Amino acid sequence: MMTTIVEKERTTESPVRVKEHAKSVYSTNQLNLWYGSNHALKNIDLDIKEHEVTAIIGPSGCGKSTYIKTLNRMVELVPSVKTSGEILYRDRNIFDSNYSVEELRTRVGMVFQKPNPFPKSIYDNVAYGPRIHGIRNKKILNEIVEKSLRGAAIWDEVKDRLHENAYGVSGGQQQRICIARALAIEPDVILMDEPTSALDPISTLKIEELVQELKKDYSIIIVTHNMQQAARISDKTAFFLNGEVVEFDHTDTIFSNPSDKRTEDYISGRFG
Amino acid sequence: MRPSVQEMIAQSNGKKSKKVIEKIIPVVLFLIASVSVLTTVGIVITLILETITFFTRVPVADFLFGTTWLPFSNKEELYGIWPLILGTLKVTAIAVVVAVPIGISAAIYLSEYASEPVRRTIKPVLEILAGVPTIVYGFFALTFVTPVLQSFFPDVKIFNAISPGIVVGIMIVPMIASLSEDAMTSVPRQIREGALAMGSTKLEVAMKITLPAAFSGIIASVVLAISRAIGETMIVSLAGGSTPRFDGNFTDSIQTMTAYIVQVSKGDAGYGTTIYYSIYAVGFTLFLFTMIMNILAGYLSKRFREEY
Repeated sequence: MMTTIVEKERTTESPVRVKEHAKSVYSTNQLNLWYGSNHALKNIDLDIKEHEVTAIIGPSGCGKSTYIKTLNRMVELVPSVKTSGEILYRDRNIFDSNYSVEELRTRVGMVFQKPNPFPKSIYDNVAYGPRIHGIRNKKILNEIVEKSLRGAAIWDEVKDRLHENAYGVSGGQQQRICIARALAIEPDVILMDEPTSALDPISTLKIEELVQELKKDYSIIIVTHNMQQAARISDKTAFFLNGEVVEFDHTDTIFSNPSDKRTEDYISGRFG
Repeated sequence: MRPSVQEMIAQSNGKKSKKVIEKIIPVVLFLIASVSVLTTVGIVITLILETITFFTRVPVADFLFGTTWLPFSNKEELYGIWPLILGTLKVTAIAVVVAVPIGISAAIYLSEYASEPVRRTIKPVLEILAGVPTIVYGFFALTFVTPVLQSFFPDVKIFNAISPGIVVGIMIVPMIASLSEDAMTSVPRQIREGALAMGSTKLEVAMKITLPAAFSGIIASVVLAISRAIGETMIVSLAGGSTPRFDGNFTDSIQTMTAYIVQVSKGDAGYGTTIYYSIYAVGFTLFLFTMIMNILAGYLSKRFREEY
């Protein structure tokens, strides 16, 4: 289905901003971010559509991780962070003083660079989110845990060891448990911050397939340092460089016919 | 021309002194390390030998099962250890009730909530608290805490179990707080972030993620603190009194194992008397208690370890 839309758009639209009929999940307008005096994100404008996989690529230190962490305000854990501009999530500015971060993060799940399961059983890991948000019924919890683990394509591998410590499985399995943990609260968006950078190629492949599967139900934003990965799994790609968005377009266009020389240089491996 | 660097290295390595030093230093280090081990062994052996002498005069069963401790009697001397153990347990129980909630709360605050400047101020203060001589705590208990207690509860006597219990509790708070804080801060940041990213509040992260993950370290800190409370001497000698009693009374004068040893050591008994040997038996009992607590700390911290 996605390919047909892409085909149609490519012939008509301007390269940087693509007009579409799909709803936006995130609209970033003139976002600036500083770590102390270090200007890490500069005038970012990005419009992210629902039910798409949006990849963010760029060399180390270009601000791609910072940007994705801004989307659920995890970046504020760094004490010296300052921001300006706005990020609209479903038409509400997440920087509004009355916007609760807990509410935002309940709607927007995150998967981290290194698998970070809680030091608890696999079951308790997945049930953690529903539990803290007030779901106590055992039957419902069992159902959620199974559904989430199936959703993360790990159910068959762990169904007989649900009550063992999550650190007892391999790194790739841990990462899929973390994805299941995020799915358990049925979020709207899933942010993935280089989710495969600590994994072996086979686990990486499994996660990539999973992303394809998940985009039916979720909007996914994925940061990756691996350009082939972006090309394989994403619908749109944003290229970040030195804290700016150089180019944002359909992934096919970015990789086959980039409009900016710097994008082309990066993609063809001339730097980064 | 100077010789090449490799030649100079070869020359230096060929020196006899270097080889000799390499051989001797480990031996010297071993001998020095042995001193501490040998001292401990020596103390334990002395303790055991003198305890055996004591048991040649007082039957083991009387000591283990007797409920009256009356060594200074003119008629029949009684050496049932239980009143002393009970005195120690009373003080320790109160200390734990005081110290565990305060210590763990302080640890949660420091590791989860306190800003860096606050943490940097409070931690040294806690460590100063840990460095206060126990004799100071002792007269604090006797001259401040006891009168305050008496103003609220007129039943409380000058010497009692509650006042030294509270003050021993205060004394072990820094130990529990500091060790628990270490255990909690060593929970990896990524695990916390994982919980925050699920929409957890700070309190939920602290109670449901950090605390369980650090539980083994916290248990170990509590058990070590208990063992410290059991062995505490000055506070209970000053404020607890010297009346060994076998009952559940907390407001009257008591005597702990340590306080008894102090009392005898101060010179009430001559060398070679049964009373003299009794302090070794009591000391050995005390040693068993603290040793069991330390072993327990190791066991529990393994048992409750959440792997990460």
